[in-house]
Amino acid sequence: MSVRLDAPPAAWAERQAPSAASRLVSRVGTFCLVELQKLRHDRSELITRLIQPVLWLVVYGETFTRLRAIPTGDVPYLDYLSAGIIAQSALFVSIFYGIQIIWERDAGVLSKLMVTPTPRAALVTGKAFAAGIRSLAQAVAILVVALLLGVRFTPNPVKLLGVLVVVLLGSAFFCCLSVTIAGLVLKQDRLMGIGQAIMMPLFFASNALYPVSVMPGWLQVVSAGNPLSYEVSALRGLLLGTPTTLWLDFLVLLLAAIASISAASALLGRLTR
Amino acid sequence: MTAPAIEIRGLTQRFGEHVAVDALDLTVDAGECFGLLGPNGAGKTTTIRLLVTLLPVTDGEVTIFGLDVGRRAMAVRRLLGYVPQQLSVEGALTGRENVAWFARLFDIPRRERTARVEEALAMMDLTDAADRLAGTYSGGMVRRLELAQALVNRPALLVLDEPTVGLDPVARDSVWARVRELQEQFGTTVLLTTHYMEEADALCDRVGLMHDGRLRAVGAPAELKAALGPAATLEDVFRHYTGDQLAGQERGGLRSVRSTRRTAGRMG
Repeated sequence: MSVRLDAPPAAWAERQAPSAASRLVSRVGTFCLVELQKLRHDRSELITRLIQPVLWLVVYGETFTRLRAIPTGDVPYLDYLSAGIIAQSALFVSIFYGIQIIWERDAGVLSKLMVTPTPRAALVTGKAFAAGIRSLAQAVAILVVALLLGVRFTPNPVKLLGVLVVVLLGSAFFCCLSVTIAGLVLKQDRLMGIGQAIMMPLFFASNALYPVSVMPGWLQVVSAGNPLSYEVSALRGLLLGTPTTLWLDFLVLLLAAIASISAASALLGRLTR
Repeated sequence: MTAPAIEIRGLTQRFGEHVAVDALDLTVDAGECFGLLGPNGAGKTTTIRLLVTLLPVTDGEVTIFGLDVGRRAMAVRRLLGYVPQQLSVEGALTGRENVAWFARLFDIPRRERTARVEEALAMMDLTDAADRLAGTYSGGMVRRLELAQALVNRPALLVLDEPTVGLDPVARDSVWARVRELQEQFGTTVLLTTHYMEEADALCDRVGLMHDGRLRAVGAPAELKAALGPAATLEDVFRHYTGDQLAGQERGGLRSVRSTRRTAGRMG
């Protein structure tokens, strides 16, 4: 497999190097492809992970639609909720990636990845988009269920493309948030505890289930600093046409994703020391 | 003139108070198979982690084919194939997908990729199992799959950390055969660590005995054995250099076979 080298290996290594930008694109593509391959081999996971969001929509959603307790204007509560559940599902999928990276560390896979010519930032960005791919698969499934329940959302392809970008950015943020925490706590059991402890507050301190206007003042402040709220607002704006400042939603999600990718890249080395 | 495959000068690594690697000097020539032997905690794995850019070199100097591992980490990684101690493949992917994944991570051009992946799988005798999920592989197959992942890059230096630990004798023999084949056919430089003396004897051109972060002796297995006596085994050599009676006595850094011989002679 190895070849007798006609040039000294050092010179040979230099010749092979691609530019940083094309390497980043190639690595992100590679990690997304691997994620799709894994999904293809285990489709049952897609189904089991769909149970919870379906319960939210069918049990919680249908009940609260009848109660009319939550003021959502002209939008039926189930429609309003479905955007929130897409974001919630993406959050739950992505938070798992920190646990996965600790598992990969314990299994030696992470060491092997880090000895390939892949800069840490490219590895983390690859993971972030892999989480995005899995969240997107989940989002598509939830949208299908919502359609069957009678939710009407936009057929506009540009807006649906916007939904794709929002889910990718939101997942990248939550994935790298959990990788960052993984880099700090280094142990799977500790991360599981922390993951549980932050997931629910992130969810309830957002506009996923109810509008910001019905929250107490202090919770409104928390929600304004919670990227999940911007993700939900953007999804609702794009899918249902509810009023939101789309450019602000995108900007917050983009900056949050960049910040968490940077933090996770900086801490990744701690995992293999 | 090609630079040595590995050149280590004054390499030291501390973890808090503990000195894991202590002023290590070592040169491994291109094409050689070199074995690092030593008891648990001798510093073998730490040395490897420093070599393959997983740990930053803070004290001392390490070059791979003349490239500094600190300053030229990306270029160094292009030359490396690395198989860590744990059996580490992605069980949710097939064998072929596992190898193709690493082919992509090593920037192997698309037009060559399929052929290179098939070649690596064939070389490790995994073609028939290539479409099965790696999670269903036996220990020996996983290790061969890892070798295929490392080889798809055609590395100039292959680093194996305890390649046959936990494998049954048949699987171990098949891993040995592949490593020997690589070395003979392609002149790949191999650095491996092991606890098994037969493994070192079977594979390595030279071995280094490590204890407490230092190399106690370096030489060809036959030389080291001869230095101890006509009937000495590599096991005896191991005990001689890493046994308790010698621990912490010699602090002279790397010792040549010649000075080893003198010590051996003195001790009768």
